[in-house]
Amino acid sequence: MTATTTSARSDLTELGRSETALRTFLHGLPGVDQVGAEQRAAQLGTRSIKTTAKAEAIDLAIRMVDLTTLEGADTPGKVRALAAKALRPDPADPSCPHVGAVCVYPAMVPHVAEVLRGSGVHLASVATAFPSGQAPLEIKLADVRAAVEAGADEIDMVINRGAFLAGRYSEVYDEIKAVKEACGSADGGRQGRPAAHLKVILETGELATYDNVRRASWLAMLAGGDFIKTSTGKVPVAATPPVTLVMLEAVRDFRAATGRQVGVKPAGGIKTTKDAIKYLVMVNETVGADWLSPDWFRFGASSLLNDLLMQRTKLTTGVYAGPDYFTLD
Amino acid sequence: MSERVAVRKTYKLFIGGKFPRSESGRSYLVQSANVSLASRKDARDAVVAARAAVKGWAGATAYNRGQILYRVAEMLEGRRAQFVALGVPADEVDAAIDRWVWYAGWSDKVAQVYGSANPVAGPYFNLSAPEPTGVVAAVAPEEPALLGLVSVIAPAIVTGNTVVVAASPAAPLAAVTLAEVLATSDLPGGVVNILTGRLTETVPTLAAHMDVNALDLTGVADAELAADLEIKAAENLKRVLRPAPAGHDWYADPGITRLTTLLETKTVWHPKGV
Repeated sequence: MTATTTSARSDLTELGRSETALRTFLHGLPGVDQVGAEQRAAQLGTRSIKTTAKAEAIDLAIRMVDLTTLEGADTPGKVRALAAKALRPDPADPSCPHVGAVCVYPAMVPHVAEVLRGSGVHLASVATAFPSGQAPLEIKLADVRAAVEAGADEIDMVINRGAFLAGRYSEVYDEIKAVKEACGSADGGRQGRPAAHLKVILETGELATYDNVRRASWLAMLAGGDFIKTSTGKVPVAATPPVTLVMLEAVRDFRAATGRQVGVKPAGGIKTTKDAIKYLVMVNETVGADWLSPDWFRFGASSLLNDLLMQRTKLTTGVYAGPDYFTLD
Repeated sequence: MSERVAVRKTYKLFIGGKFPRSESGRSYLVQSANVSLASRKDARDAVVAARAAVKGWAGATAYNRGQILYRVAEMLEGRRAQFVALGVPADEVDAAIDRWVWYAGWSDKVAQVYGSANPVAGPYFNLSAPEPTGVVAAVAPEEPALLGLVSVIAPAIVTGNTVVVAASPAAPLAAVTLAEVLATSDLPGGVVNILTGRLTETVPTLAAHMDVNALDLTGVADAELAADLEIKAAENLKRVLRPAPAGHDWYADPGITRLTTLLETKTVWHPKGV
């Protein structure tokens, strides 16, 4: 457990008021043992999960998938098809659960909202000048409001990495806070609907060190993020097990310090069932079963779902499945 | 000075252009050597490798595929002594080399012989052209170990298919050594994948696998097993080559049935214009 657990809850909420306090706190977080984190993540990846445990893990992973398409070439037809797949990932098997959410660009939100209405599948939208985050604040906030008004109930924002790496922590903090407000409030800010969940993308591939990942995680949680997410999927280095491990430790310590639970979403580069199960093992071993739910852990992925479905089919039929029998997306 | 200890070879599988041990870690003693005993997971991995190689191999020009098959013959010629040392008769090695060359020649001819321009009742050119079916799972005959294996692999890959082949369980050394030939012949990784071990362990997995397009049962001697495999293959309508009849002469002209069974026909209609 880190030194932060000793801080009183009230202290943490005050941190955002001054740049100095924020810097002192973030730089006071214990450093990450790089070799230790990588070794621990690798070790957790060696667990063998078979038969009924594997079947449970696959169904849980399917429920945790944020089925994502973030391409310039996205069309209303394509995102509608994706939304239909989210509702019923395996049309041949009614026992297959639906995914956690569909994640699209704000312009595509209305098309997806039509399909998902009342289904229990969440609708996430990236916003705040995704993926670079390099736009004036007003534009980012307008981006968020537009997505929320169009029907998104989860917002995936990118942090301002430029400001973070330059050490302007309060700028990043204030921005996340402002976006959180733009997501609406629980008391009817969105015409009676609950506030949209805010996922804060740290873009760990651009943060260079695990220490920075830990600092960015805390910064995002202090500012009010409901989820911390590794990556946009648009830079070469996306989610890796050690980075996710560091983030899981951060949410664990944050709950111990403040009592508030924050979710984690690794995104990008998770393509196989085996990878997904390794992440689930890591969640269980690091933060415990409280996080083993789509409300607290998600996978940002597109091709992962088909592999999960193929493995699921293998378990139910006993025969290896082929990609010809699942939709291309 | 102490006497030199000879370095003994580890006979491993050939999957995706690499030589992995069996995922199960098992091996079996055969022909005075320890040979990997492939599991169904190795079979699955081999299919994944074969599927990944289809796009590049089927998309290569027929000319290029022919050149590569010819290159295999060249490499095999250079290793003739090695095969003879493994107990393969010299004339069988020769026949195997010639078989590669024979099939290499078919690469750019099969479309002329097996394709056609069809007369139709309308102002269209109607052309049928053969295309590879995709991933072929094959069982090499028990005997002759090298010539039989080559006679199974070459007709499958010359047209652009990729293959997962279960080598003869009793004589796998020729197969593993052939893999070394293939690995040094410009053949892209995954086009040929060779599994050693018990047929009953790997072949049913391959026969039932939904991502396999054709099944070549040539080396399945047990009629009951062959029937069972054919039933499994029916699930996704795999093309099936039945087991070779007892006493089949592998040295005779092979004909093109093996080659054409593993093809699909694509027919295109094209307006004739004025």
